[in-house]
Amino acid sequence: MDIKVSNEDTFHVIAVNGDLDASSSIGLDNALKHAFVNNEKRILVDCSQLNYISSAGLGVFMSYLQEFEDHHVSIALFGVSSKILDVFQILGLDQLLTIAFSKEAAKLSIVNEL
Amino acid sequence: MSYNYKFFCSRENLKGMRDFVNNVLKNQSLTENEINQVVLAVDEICSNMIVHAHNGNEDDTIELNVRNQPEGILFEIVDKGDNLFNLKGYQDPSIHDIIQQGKKGGVGLFLVRKIMDNVEVFNEDSQHIWRLYKKISDAKK
Repeated sequence: MDIKVSNEDTFHVIAVNGDLDASSSIGLDNALKHAFVNNEKRILVDCSQLNYISSAGLGVFMSYLQEFEDHHVSIALFGVSSKILDVFQILGLDQLLTIAFSKEAAKLSIVNEL
Repeated sequence: MSYNYKFFCSRENLKGMRDFVNNVLKNQSLTENEINQVVLAVDEICSNMIVHAHNGNEDDTIELNVRNQPEGILFEIVDKGDNLFNLKGYQDPSIHDIIQQGKKGGVGLFLVRKIMDNVEVFNEDSQHIWRLYKKISDAKK
């Protein structure tokens, strides 16, 4: 698993490549923690190269939702494949997280939230 | 048909185990999403064993046996030990509570129970065995 972080306009982009499982989810955890500590308010997670997610990866997203809401941090995922979306849907997390069809749609959803 | 895979208790070995299960399932009458779900269920049990039962002790091993059944597929995940998980006492967690508390874990077994059609855990001959069953329409014998 590989994580790449970049800034694009006012957006902080975290790109996840590979499998998010019990051995690798710490990488996403660190990236989200780093974004939060650095006071990033608009976070996009690029899942277009995400091949697999287990409860460890889902747990990382879940663990930040309340804190992000409390501190007015917006997060949106995009590029989520059908099989990954299916896993979010099993737990109903697709209703609690913004999952957009494209990067532009993800940006729009965050802009419209504010 | 039956298949067997044995691996040491390291989180880094989960990917190889998932590749094995993927290969076994690709010849079944399952969609890509269904295959991913079943792989996920087996991965969750193996991850729990590595993290909770073996504390990442890489000298310990886990054995995975897969057997085609007349109407589905059966997974047995076996390790040494007698620390039987109390599945009867398990209650599905509240996703909202987990989010409110900022917890990182607690949904693995919930996913397994949502995905598989039957989940059992028992001890036999000093072995701790998780048995997961998934019904498959038009299952391969």
